[in-house]
Amino acid sequence: MQELIKIKGVRHAYQTDSGPLPVLDGLELSVPEGGFVAVVGPSGCGKSTLTRLVAGLMKPDAGEVWLHGEQVRGPRPTVGMAFQNPVLLEWRSILKNVLLPLEIVPTKLSRKQAEERARFLLALVGLEGFEDKRPSELSGGMRQRASLCRALIHQPDVLILDEPFGALDAFTREDLWMTMHQVKEREPFTGVLITHDLRESIFLADQVVVLSGRPARTQYVLDVPKAGPRTLDDLYTPQAADRLNILRHQIQIAQGRAPAEGGAS
Amino acid sequence: MTARAAFNSVAVPLLALVVFLAFWEWLVWFKGWPTFKMAAPSDLPPAYSRHWDLFLTMGWQTLWRTVAGLLLAVVFGTLLGMIMGFSRIMRDALYPLLVGFNAIPKATVVPIVALIFVGQHDFNTVLLAFMISFFPIAVSVSIGLSTLEPEYRDILRALGASQATIFWKIALPKTLPEFFGALKVAATLAFIGTNLMEIVSPHGRGLGALFDSGRTNSDFPLMFAVLIALAFLGIVLYYIVVALEKIFAGWAERSPG
Ligand SMILES: Nc1ncnc2c1ncn2[C@@H]1O[C@H](COP(=O)(O)OP(=O)(O)OP(=O)(O)O)[C@@H](O)[C@H]1O
Ligand SMILES: [Mg+2]
Repeated sequence: MQELIKIKGVRHAYQTDSGPLPVLDGLELSVPEGGFVAVVGPSGCGKSTLTRLVAGLMKPDAGEVWLHGEQVRGPRPTVGMAFQNPVLLEWRSILKNVLLPLEIVPTKLSRKQAEERARFLLALVGLEGFEDKRPSELSGGMRQRASLCRALIHQPDVLILDEPFGALDAFTREDLWMTMHQVKEREPFTGVLITHDLRESIFLADQVVVLSGRPARTQYVLDVPKAGPRTLDDLYTPQAADRLNILRHQIQIAQGRAPAEGGAS
Repeated sequence: MTARAAFNSVAVPLLALVVFLAFWEWLVWFKGWPTFKMAAPSDLPPAYSRHWDLFLTMGWQTLWRTVAGLLLAVVFGTLLGMIMGFSRIMRDALYPLLVGFNAIPKATVVPIVALIFVGQHDFNTVLLAFMISFFPIAVSVSIGLSTLEPEYRDILRALGASQATIFWKIALPKTLPEFFGALKVAATLAFIGTNLMEIVSPHGRGLGALFDSGRTNSDFPLMFAVLIALAFLGIVLYYIVVALEKIFAGWAERSPG
């Protein structure tokens, strides 16, 4: 399988008032086409920085970021992004919000086709009938669903999700996990998901990457082989418990609360 | 809006106005003030009917010059706000200058302006209305732009959108509520500017000049009538801005409760 995203030895530091702040150091990541990788790590270790590098919003000090066999040197329309903050435009209807990327990237779709596609995506995430509402009329979870549709409207190769469900309550979050699976089935994408929720990471992704504390490097990679469609019950199997324990332990190491060698605490 | 709410939004301010006028009339009667000390509301209709043609022409002169100054302030204030909103360096450089300029009492500027552009009365008046009213607009636009959350920029920038596109599609509309808030302040300020010029450096034009002639002729009801006419014009302009705000930034309004 072809590697769609490839990050090689990336190093990056922010220039702050108190000198350079190294954020990434020796980061390696590769995501095959159609793969879905979750990235977990201590708060402030550089996860959002990683997404900005992949999206071409910044250049790393050293190392290389490759997308589709091409080195990333700037923003590219083949990327879709969603953040913890849904950032919907209050003055537009939900439908017009979803259509926003098509006003930027070149598209072969006619106006009518574009609108049909937006309606299809909104229905897919369960927002049928809300097309003409304003964002302020929607709940947090619904806004996040709309923001997901906006990230997908231009059929991006890569979907970058930076803690998109972080601000939602547990039940809404689980609903959205199921939605993500349905979306991926109908609209296949290659994804990078940043998350703080280990259950979310093993439920959604087929590979979980643990980053070390700042400056972040790739500390641990856990494969989560997929056997058939996942259901929430899968999170309560002994196998899932094992995986969560491994990840928990790795996070503790990353936070410096457990020694790098030795058993789980 | 329900019929009841519509009724309230008209009837309540009207009622307040009637109460205010009644109190004023009563106060003048109770204190026994003569008209040269304080005119009563009942003195106003005669003043208006005696000079109605003057009120119309002078009122129009005051109004168009105020609106012209305000439009200039909108254009210049928005440009200045954009410059300060997008560039940290320009913000640091221009803010102190701007604050200092705004702190200068505009009454002291009137003779200077009148001296520089001798005889250009329309121009001077518009200039003063402009000078007094662009500050809140510049500040609100610059704050609106500089506090735009980075994610809003990023959703478009990640797709390769230019700075201009980001400005038109996101930054500008997102700043509109602050802009209109400032425009309401600026609209009333612009009136102050116009009248300062008309009163301090009278040229026989505008309501300010009418006020001044009332003063020289000791026609106190006329002076009060001018003040009320000015208040009326101010209210009209204010509500025009409110109407524009409803059209262009109505989305920012949250229904209470
Ligand atoms: N533009 C910037 N300038 C300077 N420092 C920055 C900048 N952006 C982020 N940082 C710093 O870099 C570090 C990593 O930031 P980043 O947002 O990538 O972390 P994160 O892993 O996404 O954190 P969180 O889990 O809280 O979202 C943080 O310590 C942050 O303070
Ligand atoms: Mg982050």
